[in-house]
Amino acid sequence: MAVVDYQAPQSIEDAIGILQKTDIKSKVMAGGTDLIIQTKSQTADPVRVVDLKHIDGMMSYTLDDGGMSLGPAMSCAEFTTLDDVKAVYPGLSESAYLIGSTQVQGRASIGGNLCNASPAADTIPALIANGAQCVIEGNNGERVVAVEDFVTGVAQNCMASDELLKRISMPRPAPGTSDAYLRFIPRTEMDIAVAGAGVSVTLDSSGKCTAARVAIGAVAVTALLVREAAEALIGTAVDEQALDAAAAAASAAAKPITDRRGTAEYRTHVVGVLVKRAAKIAAERARGVK
Amino acid sequence: MTKVHVTTSINGDETEFLCEPHDTLLDVLRNDLSLTGTKEGCGSGDCGACSVTLNGRLVCSCLVLGVEAEGAEVGTIEGVGEADNLNVIQEKFLEHAALQCGICTPGLIVSTQALLAENPSPTEEEARYYLAGNLCRCTGYDKIIRAVMDSAETMRGEVK
Repeated sequence: MAVVDYQAPQSIEDAIGILQKTDIKSKVMAGGTDLIIQTKSQTADPVRVVDLKHIDGMMSYTLDDGGMSLGPAMSCAEFTTLDDVKAVYPGLSESAYLIGSTQVQGRASIGGNLCNASPAADTIPALIANGAQCVIEGNNGERVVAVEDFVTGVAQNCMASDELLKRISMPRPAPGTSDAYLRFIPRTEMDIAVAGAGVSVTLDSSGKCTAARVAIGAVAVTALLVREAAEALIGTAVDEQALDAAAAAASAAAKPITDRRGTAEYRTHVVGVLVKRAAKIAAERARGVK
Repeated sequence: MTKVHVTTSINGDETEFLCEPHDTLLDVLRNDLSLTGTKEGCGSGDCGACSVTLNGRLVCSCLVLGVEAEGAEVGTIEGVGEADNLNVIQEKFLEHAALQCGICTPGLIVSTQALLAENPSPTEEEARYYLAGNLCRCTGYDKIIRAVMDSAETMRGEVK
């Protein structure tokens, strides 16, 4: 594609007005770390870039008793320095810290990672584990879609061409809740997940798990919410037996492909291991949360 | 295609340029503004040779559109020091021979400056993680890290 027009609307309404133009295709941009590379491809079809970063609220967040409302275009570099967010959603913060290099994090955003919809996107399992929802604005008003239903395929999401992601919202976790995100890559930094796992657990005062959400990434066309893995944890003390059952459920839900980063068989196994370890970390954190 | 007029600040100097909507900030810096200290390596955000700061944040200039510089503050290697007045980091890179071919060096120095502005006392591990997006195919990184750690120490101690 070839960028022939650049627009930086100041409001959601203006942005949607631009997206409704039919003269050429429009592409929404947040940090641009995926989009700008795509525009360098050899095909010459003209596109208009609609930069969301000048719209009020796109780059900011609020965190209160109700939960977090996140501007989708905030850079991961900024997001990972938010100590109040890290205290409530440590796993989500970790997932944003794993995306690319310092330079890439300076531009890349959680909303962009979500809309770009790579099967291996690091923030998506962490968002799903936290019950995050996408607030989508379009010509017919607002609609809300759970993150696990937002991504519909490889590089595909549920939004129409004249809709955009306005906010990402997630509930304030119940007392005794925490989360974790882990991924496996062949090296220690700067790579794409072979498998990833985001887990949130809630423990009561006796240490029994009363609620859990388990999401896995890079092992199917989209990140998956694995209810069977969560059910394996609920009602237990998140002991070894429960962790093994959750791991087995995650491996059973995985439908990976074989590519140069790993075989389907390896990914199936390793995603279970990651779920087990992430659940263990989330439970340890939850024990420290009032 | 109509060129876009952009007013920006580069290394503290107000600068105006015309660019195509598809030009990257890297294209503009090198081809239109003759600021060729910023290098192009991969052009896809993987190597860090084109590192600059945009409103104080470290980014790859190959992953920024030139038009996005409107109203922004851009910092490049040319703003770090001058040939007859090197920055401490530049002196330390020379002292430790932390370069061979030199293509990655401007990006590494801009990134090191950003690192030390955020964290004046990084551990070696923190420095290595922060700079993981700056690839060097010559040195094996050891001399670079020595220069970075020595720069940090010097900057913490006394201003040169």
